[in-house]
Amino acid sequence: MLRVAIVGSGPSGFYAAEALLKSSSVEVDMLERLPVPYGLVRYGVAPDHPKLKLPAMAYARTAAMPGFRFVGGVTVGRDVSVSELQDAYHAVVFCAGAETDRELGIPGEELPGSYAATELVGWYNGHPDYLQRNFDLTQERVVIVGHGNVAADVCRILAKPVDALRQTDIAKHALKTLSASRVREIYLIGRHRPVQAKFTDKELRELGEIPQASISLDPGYLELNPSSTAEAEDPRGQVAAWNMMLLREFAARAASTAQRRIHLRFLESPVALYGEDRLEGVILERNRLEGPPFGQRAHGSGDTLRLDCGLLFRSVGYKGVPIPGVPFDTPHGIIPNQQGRVIQGKSPLAGLYCAGWIKRGPSGIIGTNRADAVETATHLLSDFAERDCLPSKAGASTLLPLLSDRGLRCTDFQDWLKIDAAEIARGAAAGKPREKFVRVQDMFGAISDRAAV
Amino acid sequence: MTTVVTDNCDLCRFTDCVTVCPMVCFHGDDKMLYIDPVVCIDCGACLPVCPVRAIYEVKNLPPEKHHWIAINAERSAALQLVTDKAQPLPGALERKKQLGF
Repeated sequence: MLRVAIVGSGPSGFYAAEALLKSSSVEVDMLERLPVPYGLVRYGVAPDHPKLKLPAMAYARTAAMPGFRFVGGVTVGRDVSVSELQDAYHAVVFCAGAETDRELGIPGEELPGSYAATELVGWYNGHPDYLQRNFDLTQERVVIVGHGNVAADVCRILAKPVDALRQTDIAKHALKTLSASRVREIYLIGRHRPVQAKFTDKELRELGEIPQASISLDPGYLELNPSSTAEAEDPRGQVAAWNMMLLREFAARAASTAQRRIHLRFLESPVALYGEDRLEGVILERNRLEGPPFGQRAHGSGDTLRLDCGLLFRSVGYKGVPIPGVPFDTPHGIIPNQQGRVIQGKSPLAGLYCAGWIKRGPSGIIGTNRADAVETATHLLSDFAERDCLPSKAGASTLLPLLSDRGLRCTDFQDWLKIDAAEIARGAAAGKPREKFVRVQDMFGAISDRAAV
Repeated sequence: MTTVVTDNCDLCRFTDCVTVCPMVCFHGDDKMLYIDPVVCIDCGACLPVCPVRAIYEVKNLPPEKHHWIAINAERSAALQLVTDKAQPLPGALERKKQLGF
Protein backbone atom coordinates (compact mmCIF):
# COMPACT_ATOMS: atom_id res chain seq x y z
CA MET A 1 0.00 0.00 0.00
CA LEU A 2 1.41 3.36 -1.05
CA ARG A 3 0.51 5.97 1.57
CA VAL A 4 0.54 9.62 0.58
CA ALA A 5 -0.12 12.73 2.66
CA ILE A 6 -1.52 15.74 0.79
CA VAL A 7 -1.13 19.11 2.52
CA GLY A 8 -4.03 21.38 1.57
CA SER A 9 -7.61 20.69 0.54
CA GLY A 10 -8.21 23.15 -2.27
CA PRO A 11 -8.50 22.31 -5.98
CA SER A 12 -4.91 21.17 -6.45
CA GLY A 13 -5.11 18.89 -3.40
CA PHE A 14 -8.30 17.24 -4.65
CA TYR A 15 -7.06 16.85 -8.24
CA ALA A 16 -3.84 15.29 -6.91
CA ALA A 17 -5.86 12.95 -4.67
CA GLU A 18 -8.12 11.94 -7.56
CA ALA A 19 -5.18 11.19 -9.86
CA LEU A 20 -3.41 9.16 -7.16
CA LEU A 21 -6.48 7.19 -6.13
CA LYS A 22 -7.11 6.10 -9.73
CA SER A 23 -4.05 3.91 -9.28
CA SER A 24 -4.40 0.72 -7.23
CA SER A 25 -3.12 0.22 -3.69
CA VAL A 26 -2.88 3.91 -2.85
CA GLU A 27 -4.22 5.62 0.25
CA VAL A 28 -4.39 9.38 0.51
CA ASP A 29 -4.70 11.37 3.74
CA MET A 30 -5.54 15.02 3.02
CA LEU A 31 -4.45 17.41 5.78
CA GLU A 32 -6.08 20.84 6.03
CA ARG A 33 -5.42 23.72 8.43
CA LEU A 34 -9.10 24.60 8.80
CA PRO A 35 -11.77 22.15 9.99
CA VAL A 36 -13.41 22.47 6.56
CA PRO A 37 -12.10 21.69 3.05
CA TYR A 38 -12.03 23.27 -0.41
CA GLY A 39 -9.64 26.19 -0.08
CA LEU A 40 -10.34 29.04 -2.49
CA VAL A 41 -13.38 27.33 -3.98
CA ARG A 42 -15.04 28.00 -0.61
CA TYR A 43 -13.12 31.13 0.42
CA GLY A 44 -11.95 32.80 -2.79
CA VAL A 45 -14.70 32.50 -5.43
CA ALA A 46 -17.04 35.47 -5.08
CA PRO A 47 -20.45 34.91 -3.45
CA ASP A 48 -22.25 36.07 -6.60
CA HIS A 49 -20.46 33.43 -8.72
CA PRO A 50 -22.20 30.33 -7.34
CA LYS A 51 -21.58 28.20 -10.44
CA LEU A 52 -17.83 28.54 -9.97
CA LYS A 53 -18.19 26.82 -6.59
CA LEU A 54 -19.64 23.68 -8.17
CA PRO A 55 -16.24 21.96 -8.50
CA ALA A 56 -16.77 21.17 -4.81
CA MET A 57 -19.25 18.51 -5.99
CA ALA A 58 -16.45 16.86 -7.95
CA TYR A 59 -14.24 17.05 -4.84
CA ALA A 60 -16.93 15.38 -2.71
CA ARG A 61 -16.94 12.50 -5.22
CA THR A 62 -13.15 12.22 -4.85
CA ALA A 63 -13.60 12.20 -1.07
CA ALA A 64 -15.92 9.21 -1.46
CA MET A 65 -13.28 7.15 -3.30
CA PRO A 66 -11.91 4.21 -1.32
CA GLY A 67 -8.58 5.07 0.26
CA PHE A 68 -9.38 8.77 0.83
CA ARG A 69 -9.30 10.34 4.28
CA PHE A 70 -9.76 14.02 5.23
CA VAL A 71 -8.02 15.34 8.37
CA GLY A 72 -9.10 18.91 9.13
CA GLY A 73 -7.73 21.16 11.86
CA VAL A 74 -4.04 20.34 11.48
CA THR A 75 -1.36 22.87 10.50
CA VAL A 76 1.66 21.19 8.94
CA GLY A 77 4.85 22.77 10.21
CA ARG A 78 3.25 23.64 13.53
CA ASP A 79 1.10 20.70 14.74
CA VAL A 80 3.12 18.07 12.91
CA SER A 81 6.45 18.46 11.17
CA VAL A 82 7.23 17.51 7.60
CA SER A 83 9.79 14.97 8.80
CA GLU A 84 7.14 13.34 11.02
CA LEU A 85 4.90 13.12 7.95
CA GLN A 86 7.74 11.49 6.03
CA ASP A 87 8.08 8.91 8.82
CA ALA A 88 4.41 8.03 8.48
CA TYR A 89 3.93 8.33 4.70
CA HIS A 90 5.89 7.32 1.61
CA ALA A 91 5.28 10.69 -0.01
CA VAL A 92 4.02 14.15 0.91
CA VAL A 93 2.43 16.44 -1.70
CA PHE A 94 2.30 20.13 -0.81
CA CYS A 95 -0.87 21.74 -2.19
CA ALA A 96 -0.99 24.62 0.24
CA GLY A 97 -1.67 27.34 -2.31
CA ALA A 98 -0.57 30.94 -1.91
CA GLU A 99 -1.90 32.17 1.41
CA THR A 100 -0.60 35.71 1.51
CA ASP A 101 -0.53 38.67 -0.83
CA ARG A 102 2.04 40.55 -2.84
CA GLU A 103 2.74 43.97 -1.44
CA LEU A 104 3.14 47.15 -3.46
CA GLY A 105 6.34 47.93 -1.57
CA ILE A 106 5.64 51.67 -1.36
CA PRO A 107 5.69 54.16 1.51
CA GLY A 108 2.44 54.42 3.46
CA GLU A 109 1.32 50.90 2.60
CA GLU A 110 0.84 50.16 6.31
CA LEU A 111 -1.57 53.05 6.92
CA PRO A 112 -4.97 52.01 8.30
CA GLY A 113 -7.24 52.02 5.26
CA SER A 114 -4.71 50.26 3.03
CA TYR A 115 -5.33 46.53 2.65
CA ALA A 116 -4.80 43.54 0.44
CA ALA A 117 -7.77 42.60 -1.73
CA THR A 118 -7.32 39.07 -0.41
CA GLU A 119 -8.23 40.34 3.08
CA LEU A 120 -11.56 41.71 1.85
CA VAL A 121 -12.21 38.50 -0.07
CA GLY A 122 -11.53 36.35 3.01
CA TRP A 123 -13.74 38.67 5.06
CA TYR A 124 -16.79 38.63 2.78
CA ASN A 125 -16.40 34.90 2.24
CA GLY A 126 -16.46 34.17 5.98
CA HIS A 127 -12.91 32.85 6.40
CA PRO A 128 -12.29 32.47 10.17
CA ASP A 129 -8.92 34.30 9.99
CA TYR A 130 -10.58 37.48 8.63
CA LEU A 131 -13.59 37.72 10.91
CA GLN A 132 -12.10 40.54 12.95
CA ARG A 133 -11.22 42.80 10.02
CA ASN A 134 -12.80 46.23 10.05
CA PHE A 135 -13.21 47.83 6.66
CA ASP A 136 -14.47 51.40 6.85
CA LEU A 137 -17.04 51.37 4.10
CA THR A 138 -18.28 54.81 5.13
CA GLN A 139 -15.43 56.07 2.94
CA GLU A 140 -16.80 57.42 -0.34
CA ARG A 141 -13.74 56.80 -2.50
CA VAL A 142 -12.10 53.41 -2.89
CA VAL A 143 -9.00 52.71 -4.96
CA ILE A 144 -8.27 49.18 -6.17
CA VAL A 145 -4.77 48.62 -7.58
CA GLY A 146 -4.70 45.87 -10.20
CA HIS A 147 -6.48 44.87 -13.38
CA GLY A 148 -7.12 41.20 -12.77
CA ASN A 149 -10.13 39.13 -11.83
CA VAL A 150 -9.63 39.48 -8.06
CA ALA A 151 -9.67 43.28 -8.51
CA ALA A 152 -12.85 42.88 -10.58
CA ASP A 153 -14.45 40.73 -7.85
CA VAL A 154 -13.67 43.29 -5.13
CA CYS A 155 -14.95 46.13 -7.33
CA ARG A 156 -18.15 44.26 -8.11
CA ILE A 157 -18.92 43.34 -4.50
CA LEU A 158 -18.35 46.96 -3.40
CA ALA A 159 -20.34 48.38 -6.34
CA LYS A 160 -23.38 46.10 -6.31
CA PRO A 161 -26.48 47.21 -4.44
CA VAL A 162 -26.50 45.17 -1.24
CA ASP A 163 -29.91 43.67 -2.09
CA ALA A 164 -28.22 41.90 -5.01
CA LEU A 165 -26.02 40.08 -2.49
CA ARG A 166 -28.60 39.14 0.14
CA GLN A 167 -29.36 35.74 -1.36
CA THR A 168 -25.78 34.62 -1.90
CA ASP A 169 -23.56 32.78 0.55
CA ILE A 170 -21.80 36.02 1.52
CA ALA A 171 -20.91 36.15 5.23
CA LYS A 172 -23.57 37.76 7.43
CA HIS A 173 -21.15 40.27 8.98
CA ALA A 174 -20.12 41.43 5.50
CA LEU A 175 -23.73 41.89 4.43
CA LYS A 176 -24.30 44.04 7.51
CA THR A 177 -21.29 46.28 6.82
CA LEU A 178 -22.13 46.50 3.11
CA SER A 179 -25.68 47.62 3.88
CA ALA A 180 -24.19 50.67 5.59
CA SER A 181 -21.71 51.31 2.77
CA ARG A 182 -21.31 54.90 1.58
CA VAL A 183 -18.89 53.99 -1.20
CA ARG A 184 -19.57 56.16 -4.27
CA GLU A 185 -16.46 56.20 -6.44
CA ILE A 186 -14.33 53.13 -7.18
CA TYR A 187 -11.09 53.55 -9.11
CA LEU A 188 -9.55 50.49 -10.75
CA ILE A 189 -5.94 51.41 -11.41
CA GLY A 190 -3.70 49.47 -13.79
CA ARG A 191 -0.12 50.15 -14.78
CA HIS A 192 -0.55 49.11 -18.42
CA ARG A 193 -2.96 49.91 -21.22
CA PRO A 194 -6.34 48.19 -21.78
CA VAL A 195 -4.98 45.42 -24.00
CA GLN A 196 -2.66 44.22 -21.23
CA ALA A 197 -5.37 44.14 -18.56
CA LYS A 198 -5.73 40.69 -17.07
CA PHE A 199 -9.52 40.69 -16.63
CA THR A 200 -11.24 37.93 -18.50
CA ASP A 201 -13.98 39.33 -20.75
CA LYS A 202 -16.68 37.76 -18.60
CA GLU A 203 -15.55 39.63 -15.49
CA LEU A 204 -15.14 42.89 -17.39
CA ARG A 205 -18.62 42.54 -18.90
CA GLU A 206 -20.06 42.03 -15.41
CA LEU A 207 -18.58 45.35 -14.28
CA GLY A 208 -20.70 47.00 -16.96
CA GLU A 209 -23.89 45.23 -15.85
CA ILE A 210 -24.10 46.32 -12.21
CA PRO A 211 -27.45 47.91 -11.33
CA GLN A 212 -27.22 51.54 -10.22
CA ALA A 213 -23.54 51.73 -11.12
CA SER A 214 -21.85 53.35 -14.09
CA ILE A 215 -18.46 52.52 -15.59
CA SER A 216 -16.24 54.90 -17.46
CA LEU A 217 -12.77 55.33 -18.90
CA ASP A 218 -10.89 58.00 -20.82
CA PRO A 219 -11.69 57.28 -24.51
CA GLY A 220 -8.12 58.23 -25.34
CA TYR A 221 -7.11 54.77 -24.12
CA LEU A 222 -9.15 53.14 -26.87
CA GLU A 223 -6.45 54.00 -29.39
CA LEU A 224 -3.88 51.24 -29.41
CA ASN A 225 -0.15 51.63 -29.87
CA PRO A 226 1.34 49.34 -32.57
CA SER A 227 2.47 46.66 -30.11
CA SER A 228 -0.96 46.54 -28.45
CA THR A 229 -2.66 46.29 -31.85
CA ALA A 230 -0.49 43.31 -32.69
CA GLU A 231 -1.31 41.72 -29.33
CA ALA A 232 -5.06 42.13 -29.83
CA GLU A 233 -4.89 40.63 -33.34
CA ASP A 234 -2.82 37.62 -32.27
CA PRO A 235 -4.71 34.39 -31.41
CA ARG A 236 -3.23 34.70 -27.90
CA GLY A 237 -4.92 38.09 -27.62
CA GLN A 238 -8.49 36.85 -28.10
CA VAL A 239 -9.56 37.87 -24.59
CA ALA A 240 -7.87 41.27 -25.03
CA ALA A 241 -9.79 41.76 -28.30
CA TRP A 242 -13.09 40.97 -26.55
CA ASN A 243 -12.13 43.31 -23.70
CA MET A 244 -11.46 46.13 -26.18
CA MET A 245 -14.96 45.65 -27.68
CA LEU A 246 -16.43 45.91 -24.17
CA LEU A 247 -14.38 49.00 -23.33
CA ARG A 248 -15.49 50.71 -26.56
CA GLU A 249 -19.06 50.01 -25.56
CA PHE A 250 -18.47 51.38 -22.02
CA ALA A 251 -16.86 54.55 -23.40
CA ALA A 252 -19.82 55.12 -25.70
CA ARG A 253 -22.37 55.07 -22.88
CA ALA A 254 -24.03 58.36 -22.01
CA ALA A 255 -22.91 60.06 -18.82
CA SER A 256 -24.95 58.64 -15.99
CA THR A 257 -26.35 59.80 -12.69
CA ALA A 258 -25.72 56.41 -11.17
CA GLN A 259 -25.30 56.03 -7.42
CA ARG A 260 -21.90 54.40 -7.75
CA ARG A 261 -19.28 55.13 -10.37
CA ILE A 262 -16.50 52.79 -11.46
CA HIS A 263 -13.53 54.50 -13.09
CA LEU A 264 -11.12 52.42 -15.14
CA ARG A 265 -7.68 54.01 -15.10
CA PHE A 266 -4.67 52.94 -17.14
CA LEU A 267 -0.94 53.67 -17.34
CA GLU A 268 -0.79 54.59 -13.65
CA SER A 269 1.19 53.01 -10.79
CA PRO A 270 0.93 53.93 -7.10
CA VAL A 271 4.23 55.25 -5.74
CA ALA A 272 3.19 56.30 -2.24
CA LEU A 273 0.19 56.42 0.07
CA TYR A 274 -0.36 59.50 2.23
CA GLY A 275 -2.32 60.35 5.32
CA GLU A 276 -1.91 61.54 8.90
CA ASP A 277 -3.20 58.68 11.07
CA ARG A 278 -5.00 56.84 8.36
CA LEU A 279 -5.07 56.66 4.56
CA GLU A 280 -6.08 59.88 2.87
CA GLY A 281 -4.89 59.27 -0.66
CA VAL A 282 -2.45 57.80 -3.13
CA ILE A 283 0.22 59.35 -5.33
CA LEU A 284 0.08 57.84 -8.80
CA GLU A 285 2.84 58.02 -11.40
CA ARG A 286 1.96 58.04 -15.08
CA ASN A 287 3.60 55.31 -17.13
CA ARG A 288 4.82 54.84 -20.69
CA LEU A 289 4.73 51.45 -22.30
CA GLU A 290 7.75 50.31 -24.24
CA GLY A 291 8.49 47.03 -25.91
CA PRO A 292 7.47 44.50 -28.51
CA PRO A 293 4.09 42.75 -28.58
CA PHE A 294 3.67 40.56 -25.47
CA GLY A 295 6.82 42.15 -24.03
CA GLN A 296 5.66 45.67 -23.27
CA ARG A 297 6.83 47.04 -19.93
CA ALA A 298 5.57 50.03 -17.97
CA HIS A 299 8.13 52.73 -17.20
CA GLY A 300 7.42 55.65 -14.87
CA SER A 301 7.48 59.01 -16.61
CA GLY A 302 8.11 61.08 -13.51
CA ASP A 303 4.72 62.81 -13.80
CA THR A 304 2.62 62.22 -10.72
CA LEU A 305 -0.87 63.07 -9.54
CA ARG A 306 -2.70 62.79 -6.22
CA LEU A 307 -5.91 60.85 -5.84
CA ASP A 308 -7.66 61.30 -2.51
CA CYS A 309 -9.26 58.17 -1.10
CA GLY A 310 -9.96 56.62 2.29
CA LEU A 311 -9.74 52.97 1.32
CA LEU A 312 -7.26 51.19 -0.93
CA PHE A 313 -7.01 47.51 -1.86
CA ARG A 314 -3.87 46.19 -3.53
CA SER A 315 -4.74 43.36 -5.86
CA VAL A 316 -1.43 42.56 -7.51
CA GLY A 317 -1.25 38.87 -6.76
CA TYR A 318 -1.31 36.22 -4.09
CA LYS A 319 2.01 34.97 -2.68
CA GLY A 320 3.05 31.60 -1.27
CA VAL A 321 4.23 31.09 2.28
CA PRO A 322 7.19 28.83 3.22
CA ILE A 323 6.55 25.57 5.09
CA PRO A 324 9.13 24.84 7.81
CA GLY A 325 11.50 22.11 6.72
CA VAL A 326 10.83 22.51 2.99
CA PRO A 327 13.01 24.45 0.51
CA PHE A 328 11.43 27.73 -0.61
CA ASP A 329 12.06 30.04 -3.54
CA THR A 330 11.31 33.34 -1.83
CA PRO A 331 11.38 35.70 -4.83
CA HIS A 332 8.77 33.57 -6.62
CA GLY A 333 6.87 32.45 -3.53
CA ILE A 334 6.96 28.79 -4.58
CA ILE A 335 8.56 25.52 -3.50
CA PRO A 336 11.43 24.84 -5.93
CA ASN A 337 10.50 21.87 -8.06
CA GLN A 338 10.88 20.06 -11.35
CA GLN A 339 7.41 19.22 -12.67
CA GLY A 340 6.21 18.75 -9.11
CA ARG A 341 9.20 16.89 -7.62
CA VAL A 342 10.56 19.14 -4.85
CA ILE A 343 14.24 19.93 -5.36
CA GLN A 344 17.04 21.30 -3.22
CA GLY A 345 19.54 23.01 -5.50
CA LYS A 346 19.24 20.80 -8.55
CA SER A 347 18.43 17.45 -6.90
CA PRO A 348 15.00 16.06 -6.16
CA LEU A 349 14.29 15.42 -2.48
CA ALA A 350 12.97 11.89 -2.13
CA GLY A 351 9.30 11.68 -1.23
CA LEU A 352 8.45 15.37 -1.47
CA TYR A 353 6.16 16.78 -4.15
CA CYS A 354 4.02 19.83 -4.81
CA ALA A 355 1.06 20.85 -6.94
CA GLY A 356 -1.01 23.95 -7.61
CA TRP A 357 -0.07 27.53 -6.79
CA ILE A 358 2.72 26.58 -4.39
CA LYS A 359 4.32 24.73 -7.33
CA ARG A 360 3.90 27.12 -10.25
CA GLY A 361 2.89 30.43 -8.67
CA PRO A 362 -0.54 32.04 -8.16
CA SER A 363 -1.79 32.06 -11.76
CA GLY A 364 -4.54 30.32 -13.64
CA ILE A 365 -8.05 29.38 -12.56
CA ILE A 366 -9.60 26.42 -10.79
CA GLY A 367 -9.26 23.96 -13.67
CA THR A 368 -5.67 24.93 -14.47
CA ASN A 369 -4.69 23.07 -11.31
CA ARG A 370 -6.05 19.80 -12.63
CA ALA A 371 -3.44 19.37 -15.36
CA ASP A 372 -0.80 20.60 -12.92
CA ALA A 373 -1.78 18.09 -10.21
CA VAL A 374 -1.98 15.23 -12.70
CA GLU A 375 1.60 15.97 -13.78
CA THR A 376 2.80 15.78 -10.16
CA ALA A 377 0.79 12.63 -9.43
CA THR A 378 2.14 10.93 -12.57
CA HIS A 379 5.73 11.53 -11.43
CA LEU A 380 4.96 10.41 -7.88
CA LEU A 381 3.36 7.17 -9.07
CA SER A 382 6.28 6.45 -11.39
CA ASP A 383 8.79 7.12 -8.59
CA PHE A 384 6.96 4.56 -6.46
CA ALA A 385 6.18 2.12 -9.25
CA GLU A 386 7.98 -0.79 -7.54
CA ARG A 387 5.26 -1.41 -4.96
CA ASP A 388 6.59 -4.78 -3.79
CA CYS A 389 9.76 -3.23 -2.38
CA LEU A 390 8.07 -0.44 -0.45
CA PRO A 391 9.01 -0.14 3.21
CA SER A 392 5.79 -0.21 5.15
CA LYS A 393 4.47 3.14 6.39
CA ALA A 394 1.70 3.40 8.94
CA GLY A 395 -0.02 6.54 7.64
CA ALA A 396 -3.02 7.55 9.72
CA SER A 397 -2.38 4.86 12.35
CA THR A 398 0.67 6.90 13.32
CA LEU A 399 -0.64 10.37 12.50
CA LEU A 400 -4.01 10.42 14.23
CA PRO A 401 -2.82 9.23 17.70
CA LEU A 402 0.09 11.69 17.44
CA LEU A 403 -2.27 14.59 16.76
CA SER A 404 -4.61 13.47 19.53
CA ASP A 405 -1.69 13.27 22.00
CA ARG A 406 -0.89 16.87 21.09
CA GLY A 407 -4.40 17.91 22.09
CA LEU A 408 -5.70 18.58 18.59
CA ARG A 409 -9.32 18.10 17.74
CA CYS A 410 -9.46 17.09 14.09
CA THR A 411 -12.36 16.70 11.70
CA ASP A 412 -13.00 14.03 9.11
CA PHE A 413 -15.07 14.25 5.93
CA GLN A 414 -18.24 13.09 7.67
CA ASP A 415 -17.81 15.99 10.10
CA TRP A 416 -17.54 18.37 7.13
CA LEU A 417 -20.76 16.92 5.70
CA LYS A 418 -22.51 17.70 9.01
CA ILE A 419 -21.17 21.27 8.94
CA ASP A 420 -22.20 21.53 5.27
CA ALA A 421 -25.75 20.37 6.02
CA ALA A 422 -26.04 22.75 8.98
CA GLU A 423 -24.84 25.70 6.87
CA ILE A 424 -27.36 24.90 4.13
CA ALA A 425 -30.17 24.59 6.69
CA ARG A 426 -29.27 27.93 8.31
CA GLY A 427 -29.10 29.63 4.92
CA ALA A 428 -32.48 28.30 3.79
CA ALA A 429 -34.31 30.46 6.34
CA ALA A 430 -32.72 33.59 4.81
CA GLY A 431 -33.07 32.51 1.17
CA LYS A 432 -29.32 31.91 0.95
CA PRO A 433 -27.63 28.78 -0.42
CA ARG A 434 -25.86 28.52 2.95
CA GLU A 435 -25.02 30.60 6.00
CA LYS A 436 -21.37 29.83 6.66
CA PHE A 437 -20.02 29.27 10.13
CA VAL A 438 -17.28 31.87 10.46
CA ARG A 439 -15.87 30.77 13.81
CA VAL A 440 -14.02 27.50 14.21
CA GLN A 441 -15.80 26.79 17.51
CA ASP A 442 -19.17 27.14 15.74
CA MET A 443 -18.05 24.59 13.15
CA PHE A 444 -17.31 22.14 15.98
CA GLY A 445 -20.63 23.05 17.58
CA ALA A 446 -22.42 22.03 14.40
CA ILE A 447 -20.72 18.63 14.47
CA SER A 448 -21.83 17.98 18.06
CA ASP A 449 -25.38 19.22 17.40
CA ARG A 450 -25.76 16.86 14.48
CA ALA A 451 -24.36 13.98 16.46
CA ALA A 452 -26.95 14.58 19.18
CA VAL A 453 -29.85 14.21 16.74
CA MET B 1 -25.29 30.08 -20.89
CA THR B 2 -22.56 27.61 -21.70
CA THR B 3 -19.32 26.97 -23.54
CA VAL B 4 -19.14 25.03 -26.81
CA VAL B 5 -16.57 23.24 -28.95
CA THR B 6 -16.71 24.26 -32.60
CA ASP B 7 -15.41 23.18 -35.99
CA ASN B 8 -11.65 23.59 -35.49
CA CYS B 9 -11.70 20.56 -33.17
CA ASP B 10 -12.87 18.34 -36.03
CA LEU B 11 -9.91 16.40 -37.48
CA CYS B 12 -7.70 17.55 -34.58
CA ARG B 13 -9.12 16.33 -31.27
CA PHE B 14 -6.10 17.51 -29.27
CA THR B 15 -7.90 16.90 -25.89
CA ASP B 16 -5.84 19.51 -24.02
CA CYS B 17 -9.18 20.95 -22.89
CA VAL B 18 -9.99 17.82 -20.90
CA THR B 19 -6.90 18.22 -18.72
CA VAL B 20 -8.04 21.53 -17.25
CA CYS B 21 -11.78 20.98 -16.85
CA PRO B 22 -12.68 21.31 -13.13
CA MET B 23 -15.89 19.37 -13.68
CA VAL B 24 -16.42 16.48 -16.13
CA CYS B 25 -17.85 18.16 -19.20
CA PHE B 26 -16.21 16.64 -22.23
CA HIS B 27 -17.72 13.86 -24.30
CA GLY B 28 -16.22 12.65 -27.55
CA ASP B 29 -16.56 10.58 -30.68
CA ASP B 30 -13.65 9.69 -32.92
CA LYS B 31 -13.74 13.05 -34.71
CA MET B 32 -13.98 15.68 -31.96
CA LEU B 33 -15.14 16.62 -28.47
CA TYR B 34 -18.34 18.21 -27.17
CA ILE B 35 -19.20 20.01 -23.93
CA ASP B 36 -22.16 18.95 -21.79
CA PRO B 37 -24.07 22.21 -21.23
CA VAL B 38 -25.73 20.82 -18.11
CA VAL B 39 -22.42 20.28 -16.28
CA CYS B 40 -20.32 23.14 -17.71
CA ILE B 41 -19.87 26.02 -15.25
CA ASP B 42 -18.36 28.47 -17.80
CA CYS B 43 -15.15 28.72 -15.82
CA GLY B 44 -13.24 29.41 -19.04
CA ALA B 45 -10.28 27.14 -18.28
CA CYS B 46 -10.52 25.21 -21.56
CA LEU B 47 -10.58 28.17 -23.96
CA PRO B 48 -6.93 29.23 -23.83
CA VAL B 49 -5.45 25.71 -23.82
CA CYS B 50 -7.02 24.58 -27.13
CA PRO B 51 -4.20 24.67 -29.70
CA VAL B 52 -6.69 25.64 -32.44
CA ARG B 53 -8.99 27.90 -30.41
CA ALA B 54 -12.02 25.73 -31.12
CA ILE B 55 -13.84 26.62 -27.90
CA TYR B 56 -16.12 29.62 -27.35
CA GLU B 57 -18.40 30.89 -24.64
CA VAL B 58 -21.85 31.21 -26.19
CA LYS B 59 -21.87 34.97 -25.54
CA ASN B 60 -18.88 35.38 -27.86
CA LEU B 61 -19.92 32.83 -30.49
CA PRO B 62 -19.86 34.27 -34.03
CA PRO B 63 -23.32 33.98 -35.67
CA GLU B 64 -22.10 31.49 -38.30
CA LYS B 65 -21.17 29.07 -35.47
CA HIS B 66 -24.44 29.19 -33.56
CA HIS B 67 -25.47 25.73 -34.75
CA TRP B 68 -22.67 24.31 -32.55
CA ILE B 69 -24.76 25.01 -29.45
CA ALA B 70 -27.30 22.36 -30.42
CA ILE B 71 -24.61 19.98 -31.69
CA ASN B 72 -22.71 20.09 -28.36
CA ALA B 73 -25.93 19.52 -26.39
CA GLU B 74 -27.08 16.58 -28.53
CA ARG B 75 -23.73 14.88 -29.02
CA SER B 76 -22.60 15.18 -25.39
CA ALA B 77 -25.83 13.52 -24.29
CA ALA B 78 -25.19 10.57 -26.58
CA LEU B 79 -21.45 10.00 -26.17
CA GLN B 80 -19.03 8.70 -23.54
CA LEU B 81 -17.05 11.00 -21.28
CA VAL B 82 -13.47 11.79 -22.24
CA THR B 83 -11.50 12.38 -19.06
CA ASP B 84 -7.87 11.87 -20.03
CA LYS B 85 -5.55 13.44 -22.55
CA ALA B 86 -5.34 11.34 -25.70
CA GLN B 87 -3.23 11.37 -28.85
CA PRO B 88 -4.53 13.90 -31.39
CA LEU B 89 -5.86 12.55 -34.69
CA PRO B 90 -3.36 11.84 -37.47
CA GLY B 91 -2.91 15.06 -39.44
CA ALA B 92 -3.85 17.26 -36.47
CA LEU B 93 -0.61 19.22 -36.58
CA GLU B 94 -0.99 19.97 -40.32
CA ARG B 95 -4.58 21.04 -39.73
CA LYS B 96 -3.40 23.30 -36.90
CA LYS B 97 -0.95 24.98 -39.32
CA GLN B 98 -3.62 25.29 -42.00
CA LEU B 99 -5.88 27.02 -39.47
CA GLY B 100 -3.16 29.56 -38.84
CA PHE B 101 -1.94 28.52 -35.38
